Amino acid sequence: MKITGRVIKYGANVDTDVIIPARYLNTSVKEELAKHCMEDLDPDFVNRVKPGDIIVAGPNFGCGSSREHAPVAIKASGIACVIAPSFARIFYRNSINTGLAILECEQAYEGIEDGDEISIDFDTGVITDLTSNLVFRAGAFPAFISEIMKADGLVGYTKKKLQ
Amino acid sequence: MGMTMTQKILAAHAGADEVRQGDLIEAGLDLLLGNDITTPPAIDCFRESAFGEVFDKDKIVLVPDHFAPNKDIKSAEQCRKMREFAKEQNITHYFEQGREDMGVEHVIIPENGLAKPGNCIIGADSHTCTYGALGAFSTGVGSTDLACAMATGKTWFRVPGAIRVNLTGKLGKYVSGKDVILSLIGRIGVDGALYQSLEFCGEGVAALSMTDRLTICNMAIECGAKNGIFPVDEITLAYVKERVPGYDEDTSWLYPDEDAQYDRELTIDLSSIRPVVAFPHLPSNVRELGSFSRIDIDQVVVGSCTNGRIEDMRKAAAVLKCRRVADGVRAIILPGSQRVYKQALEEGLLAIFVDAGCVVSAPTCGPCLGGYMGVLGKGEKCVSTTNRNFVGRMGHKESEVYLAGVEVAAASAVLGYIGSPDELGNM
Repeated sequence: MKITGRVIKYGANVDTDVIIPARYLNTSVKEELAKHCMEDLDPDFVNRVKPGDIIVAGPNFGCGSSREHAPVAIKASGIACVIAPSFARIFYRNSINTGLAILECEQAYEGIEDGDEISIDFDTGVITDLTSNLVFRAGAFPAFISEIMKADGLVGYTKKKLQ
Repeated sequence: MGMTMTQKILAAHAGADEVRQGDLIEAGLDLLLGNDITTPPAIDCFRESAFGEVFDKDKIVLVPDHFAPNKDIKSAEQCRKMREFAKEQNITHYFEQGREDMGVEHVIIPENGLAKPGNCIIGADSHTCTYGALGAFSTGVGSTDLACAMATGKTWFRVPGAIRVNLTGKLGKYVSGKDVILSLIGRIGVDGALYQSLEFCGEGVAALSMTDRLTICNMAIECGAKNGIFPVDEITLAYVKERVPGYDEDTSWLYPDEDAQYDRELTIDLSSIRPVVAFPHLPSNVRELGSFSRIDIDQVVVGSCTNGRIEDMRKAAAVLKCRRVADGVRAIILPGSQRVYKQALEEGLLAIFVDAGCVVSAPTCGPCLGGYMGVLGKGEKCVSTTNRNFVGRMGHKESEVYLAGVEVAAASAVLGYIGSPDELGNM
């Protein structure tokens, strides 16, 4: 699968409290959560994000809480993929489980600028910056995780196992 | 090849003789945990997936503690969903507000003897890593993980490597487990242990109380660790036996192999640790008390899954006794459980807090995550014994949270600025 989108760029340690502040966690309705996504880091995010946009951010993306509401809010806001050098481990699991595409790539964080148009080939892990013509390669997922993703997330995988 | 303590526990739960760093395994679980923020989406997922019945009604713990006692109508609905699910599935360990065994999840699970050495535990709460203090493998997951594990009793893990933290010496005056873990996070950074275990060892372990160990493991997540873990010793066994009648399980295998491979080794001399404060807006932004100029404060919070145990209450009371909270400062004390609350009541600690001018709250996570019961306004500064100081964590995005140990927090309430008990005059 291949996607193309515009980049919204952030720095290191984007935590779950800024992705979706706890004051909004009295609901788990994804459309409600999307309204407040990134609110305390970038109040303008919800106005400028367009379906298919891609977040490129620094190391340790999604650090902090176990709230699955964080990847759910990002996905529901229209973001097609998050690229970062590393992800906090619970956020990593939650993204795989809820079907938010994520890629680990340090060079992409260093080379891609806010507003660039980039394309991602998920089969090869190749990220192409169409604005600068730079090409990056993301780390491949372990086979087991690809299996979960192929089963459309952990629920599909678990259902298959229980059958 | 030798295994770390974490790897040994994972191997035992995966039915394997050996696991290696990087292996993807499926492990059987001894305990699963959810709270009122993370369980409702797990219940939705469980029902939508038509999983039917939970795998074992005795191994699931449900604790409405974050926005409970219900802070608003939506929170009440979330708690109701949990309560109804618990009833429908006949969940043994559903905890109700106000009951004698209730409180903040990571305070009551060890307190009620539900986490034991060698266990493999997941919780839909990032501070589930707390139970490593008891020699368990314990880590946070999300709601979908919880839902699927409630159906199967299993979950997948990537076997972590580990940082070995060798502890020597003894803690000094006004220094606690909180200062140890904050100092460690300051040293390695908020992603310093990403995807790794933090394994504590060395002669310094014996000098740490169970309360200190629980505080240290609680914040392992704040440097990205998958789990924090202590070896099992006499202190662990005494703690568990007091809470689990007839406990006599074999714990002799719960230590790392001599030839275990570690990604990195660190030594912390406990006697060199000073009281520290983590400045906004990262837990790694640590400074020694006395190394910065005066910072006036608006609020103090003492409590939470990090520092809400009876020893924490005693320390706060020792500082606040016959003193008054400074003008312009609100102080909120949250005993971590009903047992801690009652004990504090019987020991006269609550009267000390009230006489000092503090709010004493029912056990709840409320203020720690800016939920309710102490939300900060624009520009307000709070010294808190909780675990996170991210932007907007306790309220307005322009508020500031300074993380500290109990004695510094209590002293700051009296002083009106961030300071040490040593700065208080004799009473």
